[in-house]
Amino acid sequence: MNDAIDVVKMLGITKYFPGVIALEDVDFVLRKGEIHALVGENGAGKSTLIKVLTGVEQPDKGTIELDNKIVQVHSPQHSQELGISTVYQEVNLCTNISVAENIMLGREPRRFGSIRWQRMNELAQKAINRLSIDVDVTQPLGNYSVAIQQMVAITRALEVLSAKVLILDEPTSSLDIHETNLLFDVMRKLRNEGLGIIFITHFLDQVYQIADRITVLRNGKLVGTYEASSLPRVELVAKMLGRSLTELDAMSKVKSPEAEKKDRLPVVEAKGLGLARSLEPVDLELYAHEVLGIAGLLGSGRTEMARLIFGIDAPDNGSLLVEGKKVNKFSPLESLKRGIALCPEDRKAEGVVGDLTVRENIILALQARYGWFKFLSPQKQSEIADRYIQLLGIATPSPEQLVKNLSGGNQQKVILARWLATNPTVLILDEPTRGIDVGAKTEIQKLVMQLAEEGKSCVFISSELEEVMRVSDRVAVLRDRKKVAEYAGDVDEKTLIQAMAGEA
Amino acid sequence: MKKTALLKKIRDSQLFWPLVAWVLILIFNAIVEPGFFRLGIIEDPVYGKHLYGNLIDIFNNGAPLMLVAIGMTLVIATGGVDLSVGAVIAISAAMGAVLINPALGNQLITNDILTRNATNTPLPLIILADLAAGTLCGLWNGLLVSRARIQPMVATLILMVAGRGIAQLITNGQIMTIYYTPYFWFGNGYILGLPVSIYIVAVVLLLAWLLVRKTAIGLFIESVGINAKSTFYSGINEKNVKLLAYAFCGFCGAIAGLILSSYVHSADGNNNGLNYELDAILAVVMGGTLMTGGRFSMLASVIGAVVIWTFTVTVYSLGVPANALLAAKAVLVLLVILLYSDYSRRLMNRLFERRGSQHDTAH
Repeated sequence: MNDAIDVVKMLGITKYFPGVIALEDVDFVLRKGEIHALVGENGAGKSTLIKVLTGVEQPDKGTIELDNKIVQVHSPQHSQELGISTVYQEVNLCTNISVAENIMLGREPRRFGSIRWQRMNELAQKAINRLSIDVDVTQPLGNYSVAIQQMVAITRALEVLSAKVLILDEPTSSLDIHETNLLFDVMRKLRNEGLGIIFITHFLDQVYQIADRITVLRNGKLVGTYEASSLPRVELVAKMLGRSLTELDAMSKVKSPEAEKKDRLPVVEAKGLGLARSLEPVDLELYAHEVLGIAGLLGSGRTEMARLIFGIDAPDNGSLLVEGKKVNKFSPLESLKRGIALCPEDRKAEGVVGDLTVRENIILALQARYGWFKFLSPQKQSEIADRYIQLLGIATPSPEQLVKNLSGGNQQKVILARWLATNPTVLILDEPTRGIDVGAKTEIQKLVMQLAEEGKSCVFISSELEEVMRVSDRVAVLRDRKKVAEYAGDVDEKTLIQAMAGEA
Repeated sequence: MKKTALLKKIRDSQLFWPLVAWVLILIFNAIVEPGFFRLGIIEDPVYGKHLYGNLIDIFNNGAPLMLVAIGMTLVIATGGVDLSVGAVIAISAAMGAVLINPALGNQLITNDILTRNATNTPLPLIILADLAAGTLCGLWNGLLVSRARIQPMVATLILMVAGRGIAQLITNGQIMTIYYTPYFWFGNGYILGLPVSIYIVAVVLLLAWLLVRKTAIGLFIESVGINAKSTFYSGINEKNVKLLAYAFCGFCGAIAGLILSSYVHSADGNNNGLNYELDAILAVVMGGTLMTGGRFSMLASVIGAVVIWTFTVTVYSLGVPANALLAAKAVLVLLVILLYSDYSRRLMNRLFERRGSQHDTAH
């Protein structure tokens, strides 16, 4: 591989967004004829890097070289002209016209202005055959599966746009195993033909199945680029989480195990709880007076599990028992009545109601339980809001401030307040500390531990192992939509990382 | 300093801009048409002494639009839209006319039976049937939007088209004239010298206000309109919130249909309430409720409807022919959109603030 030619060379890429550094001095080199995996947790900077490469965003610093020539990518259109094509998870083609039309759109062979249909179909068929897949190009695209549609998108990228660089953004997330293998076959074939492929995924299995090299990003910084064959999986996970293994050997779990739990009844018990394409059947018990930590990478099933327990999704497998009673109706409202609360992962889209005031946001769930007609009086609302603003130390000029004007940490506290106001017995927190400053982070961690001490059962989901270990009495590990391990009390970070990576 | 804070508070009120628009039109009238504001007292043979004049006309003729605007406000606040209110008006009008006249089915009825000043159904029953029909239409829209998850514009388009057909089916394809005089009271009667329709609007507005602001419904509607997902995750049944909004909008459309058919003494499936949905949307937008949903003010929407009717009466009193009214209205829409754009808001805020600060330094 000494004669490897670099097709894309991004050097010192820096990108600022208001208030955050999305990318800081990142180097990324893609060779001809390689599959290069780009990995990192949420907020690592993967998508920003791709946006810079495809001209969606302009870098504040740094250069992009294409075939050893410095280029400025002005727009997505321009990047396509330069030979950089992206195929997204949701295919952006037209499902109601034929495969051939999709491939040749805008480049149809013409004679006297009219399309030469036969010629077009021939050309398209030839292009499709290059991928060795069995497709009738005259059929409407919608007749084929998402996997085939993706390959049609790839064909278009190769033929019409004559791509030198192919970016596949989470292409496998909606594919089953068979379809994934089909896509991988095509990817290998194209690699051997000399194409440079950037493969973005959060499935580590697939990274090792197909990638030649791996670039790891974390918090907008480059962790490193590695040969896939020489980077053990455990080390990859450690790098993604920003830990070093040698450092971890010295550390161990600080928190001592709580008193024996065996004789106590669980508050919530999941027996084989699962949902097709979302979560493999899981057994799980939640007890009062404890924090259960959930460790797992993005896409491991951690959020899916929270959604099932909170009733946003209804399971198609197993059963859920709350205080010994089997749950039949699944909805947030039913969960609220059963005393289960969820602070969701995506604070902006699923948590706060931005244009409502802090007061209204805080009383929302409580009012939902009271129903439409038992309206909390304005005085009562203010009382509740004031109490929780003080209790959680929410920094807001007034309860009448719109929530969207608050900082991320304070918005998180508002959601916490919303649920605490309903006095839940089980509190599920999905990534409660993501994207908030260190001070607020520790406050929330402390609060969770304090709530458990007061008798609540808390579930703490986070991709930061350090905080999972700090707040939890028990830790369950999820990987690839499965629960793979559970540790009570003494466990060190290394064991957890190994479990998350799937290596003993 | 305190003065500017108060000014800002007034400017931030949802009522401010529609009131400004109204005052501007009134000022225009005061200059161009000095007789515009003249009020007189007239003796009516049926309804006794009452006020008359352009202003009374605006409120009397505008009442159906105000009612529809009240209902539309709630629907738009949930992030939806109801295009079928015009059709609902026609259905309600047709129901009223048919229940008064015994022309159900195809039986032969002589003209003198048809034109009698009598009713086939007791008046309270007619009103109930009207309101029930409108609410049912609204429920249908609400079910399509909340349960079948059809986009509001598409879902209500169905009834917008089908509703006029239903109205014609009810009246057997005829334009039905109403001869039963007690029915005329809603659109033509007076209480203490003021039109009955004004009282109806006031009562509906008050009841609606009590319904949404003295219960949690208003909060839930705003929450659904701002972020339906977060609202659902907070344990609120967002589907039922939407259902209620559409049902209420249908209910308002039914009252509007009652007043309209009473005012014109007839029911015409094709023309009753024509384009009311669009005027109502315009009224709501003028009232400052965003088409994307969220914060709403029903009173502001009612003022928006008043502005539209003041404009209409102004255009007529200027002698613009009726067939040019739509073109004139387009100018109004354009002005409203420009006035409400972010750009002009910023411009005006800057203007106000600069003058405010100059004021401060002068002291």
